[in-house]
Amino acid sequence: MTAPLKDITPAERARSTSFYEASARTRLELLLDAGSFVEFIGPEQREVSPHLKIFDLPEQFDDGIVVGHGRLDESPVFVAAQEGRFMGGAFGEVHGAKLTGLLRAAREIGTIPVLILFDTGGVRLQEANAGELAIAEIMRAVMEARAAGVKVIGLIGGRSGCYGGGGLIAGCCSALAVSEPGRIAVSGPEVIETNRGVEEFDSRDRALVWRTMGGKHRRLLGAADVFADDNVQDFREAALELIGLVGTFGLDKLTAEQERLADRLRRYGACQDAVDIWTAEGIAHAETVPELPADQFIALADRIGRTSRDAR
Amino acid sequence: MTGWQNNRAARDARIAAGAGFARGKLVEAQDATHLLEAVIRPGDRVCLEGDNQKQADLLSRALLAVDLAKVSDLHMVQSGVVLPEHLDLFDRGVAKRLDYAYSGPQSARIARMLFGGKIELGAVHTYLELFARYFIDLTPHVALIAAVSADREGNLYTGPNTEDTPTVVEATAFKDGVVIAQVNEIVDAVPRVDIPADRVHFIVKSDKPFFVEPLFTRDPAAITEGQILTAMLAIKGIYAPYAVQRLNHGIGFSTAAIELLLPTFGERLGLKGQIATHFALNPHPALIPAIESGWVRQIHSFGSEVGMDDYIRARSDVYFTGPDGSLRSNRAFCQTAGLYACDMFIGSTLQIDLQGNSSTVTASRIAGFGGAPNMGADARGRRHPSEPWLKAGAEADPDGSALMRRGRKLVVQIGETFGDKNVPLFVEKLDAIELAEKLNLDLAPIMIYGDDVTHIVTEEGVANLLLCRTAQEREQAIRGVAGYTDVGRRRDHGMVARLRERGVIRRPEDLGINPLDADRSMLAARSIKDLVRWSGGLYSPPSKFRNW
Amino acid sequence: MEDLRFEHSVSARAGGSRTSAIVGVVASGNLEVLVERVLPDTECAIDIKTAAIGFGEVWTAVIGDFVERHSPGGLRFSINDGGARPDTVSLRLAQAVRLIAENGQ
Repeated sequence: MTAPLKDITPAERARSTSFYEASARTRLELLLDAGSFVEFIGPEQREVSPHLKIFDLPEQFDDGIVVGHGRLDESPVFVAAQEGRFMGGAFGEVHGAKLTGLLRAAREIGTIPVLILFDTGGVRLQEANAGELAIAEIMRAVMEARAAGVKVIGLIGGRSGCYGGGGLIAGCCSALAVSEPGRIAVSGPEVIETNRGVEEFDSRDRALVWRTMGGKHRRLLGAADVFADDNVQDFREAALELIGLVGTFGLDKLTAEQERLADRLRRYGACQDAVDIWTAEGIAHAETVPELPADQFIALADRIGRTSRDAR
Repeated sequence: MTGWQNNRAARDARIAAGAGFARGKLVEAQDATHLLEAVIRPGDRVCLEGDNQKQADLLSRALLAVDLAKVSDLHMVQSGVVLPEHLDLFDRGVAKRLDYAYSGPQSARIARMLFGGKIELGAVHTYLELFARYFIDLTPHVALIAAVSADREGNLYTGPNTEDTPTVVEATAFKDGVVIAQVNEIVDAVPRVDIPADRVHFIVKSDKPFFVEPLFTRDPAAITEGQILTAMLAIKGIYAPYAVQRLNHGIGFSTAAIELLLPTFGERLGLKGQIATHFALNPHPALIPAIESGWVRQIHSFGSEVGMDDYIRARSDVYFTGPDGSLRSNRAFCQTAGLYACDMFIGSTLQIDLQGNSSTVTASRIAGFGGAPNMGADARGRRHPSEPWLKAGAEADPDGSALMRRGRKLVVQIGETFGDKNVPLFVEKLDAIELAEKLNLDLAPIMIYGDDVTHIVTEEGVANLLLCRTAQEREQAIRGVAGYTDVGRRRDHGMVARLRERGVIRRPEDLGINPLDADRSMLAARSIKDLVRWSGGLYSPPSKFRNW
Repeated sequence: MEDLRFEHSVSARAGGSRTSAIVGVVASGNLEVLVERVLPDTECAIDIKTAAIGFGEVWTAVIGDFVERHSPGGLRFSINDGGARPDTVSLRLAQAVRLIAENGQ
C-alpha cells in the first residue's frame, strides 16, 4: 500500500497521496500539471489576518488559503485550496478576500474554470462579522462568475470537511466532487447535538456522522456529482471530468435546481436515517453502503444516477 | 467449634442463602442485589472482575446497591479499578480496603480518594503479582465475574475476552469461595467450555452485553513524523542487531508505528522472518499489515480487542483459538509468556529519571501498574538461552565467563523527548517519589526500575545502557538522548561525544537514517480504513474510530 | 504570543537557487517555516512568533544546533509556531532548508 517515493511519476505520486491527509499546498502541487502552479499573494507577502493578534492567537502567512493559477491537462485553471489544519480552515477576512478576488478575476476573464478545494469548518469565530460578510461575498462572486460563463468546481475531501458557510458556497458551485472522508453540511455534528440534544444527533457516533454528512451519502443524494477515491489523482480526474460535463448556466438551471431540491424533500423528508433514504432510492442492503469499496460504490452511484448536474 | 472443614461449611451456607433467589443456578437481573446480600458477609474479600478491557458491570452496579446493614467494609481484591462504580463502592462504605493492579480511567479519582482517606490501600500490584496473591494471602471469598454465555448447568463461555476469569475462578472455587457470573445470554449449549459448571454457583443474565473498552486500537492517522523516526531507530538500532523474534509491545503510538513500519521499512532492510515473529500481545489492529505480509507466525494474547473477532477467527494459524474458532485469551498465561518466553519488551512511559527508572504516575494520577512491570523486567528465573538474550548479557558483562553469565532481557523504553502538551519525558526526580512521600507509601510506584532497562530510544537516538560501565556513564547516556528537555540540555557534551564513539549512543546518522525520510508515507496503513482494507474487510472497528 | 529573534554569523551560503520556500502549517503542536534567500551569504536570521511563552532557552538551543549543523547562510527564516515540540521545530527547519536547496524559483 506504500510505494517508495523516489523515481515515481507525478501521477503515481498523486495516486499514492491521500487527499484527506495532504496539506493544501501538496494537494495543489499534485492536482495540477507538474510545476504549473503560480500563487497569488503568496506567504512571502505576509498578508495575514488583522484580527488574530487581538486574540493573542498565532497567524499563518497565507491565512489558511492558497490561491493562484495553473494548468490541468495543459488548460488553464484558477485554483483555491483551504488548509483545514489552520484554525479548521475557517473563513476570516483575508482568507475570504483571497477567494473573492480569485472568483472576480475568473469572472472578468470568463473562460477559465475555478477549482475550490474546500476544507473548512465555516466562519472563523474570532472574526465572525468579517467572515460572515466574506461568505456572502464569495457566494455572490460564485454566482456572478457562473453567470459570466465560468465553471466553478468544488473538490471536497479534507479533514475539516465542508461545513458552515463552506457548505453554502459549495451549494452555489457548478458541480462538486467528494470523497468518502469528505463531509458536506451547514451545521456540524457538535452544533446539532448542542442545539437539539444527543438524542437528535450523537456527534461522537462517527458512523452516524459519516452516513449523514459524508461523501457517499452526498453522492447518493445527488448533492455531489462525482465520487472520488481518497487520493489526489482521483480528484484530478474528477475535476477534469466535471469541467468537461458542466453545461451553460442560466435562470432555467436555477429553477430546475429548486425543483430538484423540492422533489428530494418530498421523497425523503420523512426518513429518519440515511439508510432509509438509500433504501427508498432502491438500494438493496442499504446498510452495507458505508462498507463498500470505492469502485463498487461508484458503480452503485452511477446506477442510481442521481445528480444535480443537469439542474444547477 | 473446632474442625477442619469450617470454610466449606461456610461456603455451603452462603450458597444455601443465595439459592432462595435462584432457580437452579439462574438468578434474574433484578434479584442480583438480593443475591449478593445473601452471599456476601461484611468484611469479605471480594474479587469484582474487571481489568483494562472487560467489566462485570451489572454485578458492580448490583453490589453498589446493597443494604449496608447486610454488606459493608469489603476488601476488594481486583485487577482493575476502572468503572466509576468501583470507586462509588468506597464512597458509600460498601467497601473499605483495596488491593488492585490497574486504574486507567479512574486514575485521578483514585488519587483523590487515597488522599482523602476514603480508601484503605493494601498495595498496587502488577497483574501477575495480584493473581499470585489470590493463591496465597488474598484469596477471594466471593468472585463476581463476567462471561459471554452460560448453559443451564453453569458451564461458561467467556468468548475472546477470557482474560482473568480462569485465574479468578481457580483461586475462588477451589478455596471454598462462591463464584457468581454475569452472562450476556443463557444458551442450550455453550460454544466451548471456558469455565466448567462445577466451579460456578450462580448465574445472572444481564440485559446488555458486558462492557469492553477498545484499549489497544491506535489510529494510524494520529501517528506523527517524530514517532515514525523513533520507530525507525528502534527497528534498525535494536530489533535488527539483536535479531529479536520473541517480544511484547506496549500500547503507545511509537510501538504502533513500529508495527506499521515492519512491512515497509523492515521489508526494505530485509528483516522479514529475522525479527518480530512471535508475540505476547493483544490483537493490535495495527499489526494487521505485518500479519498479512507474512511477518508474524504466532501471537498469544492477554485479552481480545473490539472489532478483531472475525479477523482472529480467520487467522487461526497466528492466534490461539478454541474449538469454536474464537480467540482464547488468558492474562495470567500471557503475562508469564511475556516474562519468561520473550526476549524483548518495548513500550512507552510518562517519566524517566537519570537512573532510567520510569513511572506513569503523576502527582494527581495513580494509573496502577497493569502488566508492564512483568513484561519490562529481567526474568531472574529464566534458564533457556536465545541469541538476543545472550548477546545482551554479553554486552552487560563482557569479561564474564560465557558459560556462567546470565543473559539479559531487552527492556526498551521508547518515546519522544516531549510528550503531550510539551511535557518532558525526562525528569531529575519522578513524580512517583513525591506521591509516595505525600501518601506515606513504603515504596514509590515505579513502573520499570532503571536496572532492568537496557535501551532508551527517542527521536534523538538510541542509548544502550548495557554498555555503560559507571553510574555517571549511564546518566550521560540518558541525557544524551533526552533532546531539548532540561535533562538533555544539561548534558556533558564531551562525555556524550565519547559515548557516541563507543556506540553507547547512536544517532540517526550513525544508523544511516535521515530524519527527513521519516514520513507518514512509510506507514503500511495511514488510517483505520487502511487497516480494514488490509484485513480484507474482516476487521470491524468500533464507531469511534471510523470516518466513513 | 511571544516574539523571538536570533541572528547568527555562518561560514557557508545555503545551497540551491530557490528564493523562498514554506513548510508546515500553524496548528496545535505544529508550526510553519517560511524561508527566504534575502541576506548576505554569511548571515542568517530567524524570527519567531510563538504561542508557547517562556521557552526562549529551548529555542536558543534548537536554533544554535540547527545553524551549526546546516550553515544556512543568506537565509531568513520566519516562523509562526502553534506550540510545537523542539524536535518538530528541528524537523521543519531541516525540511525548509532542503526545500530551498532545490533548484527552481
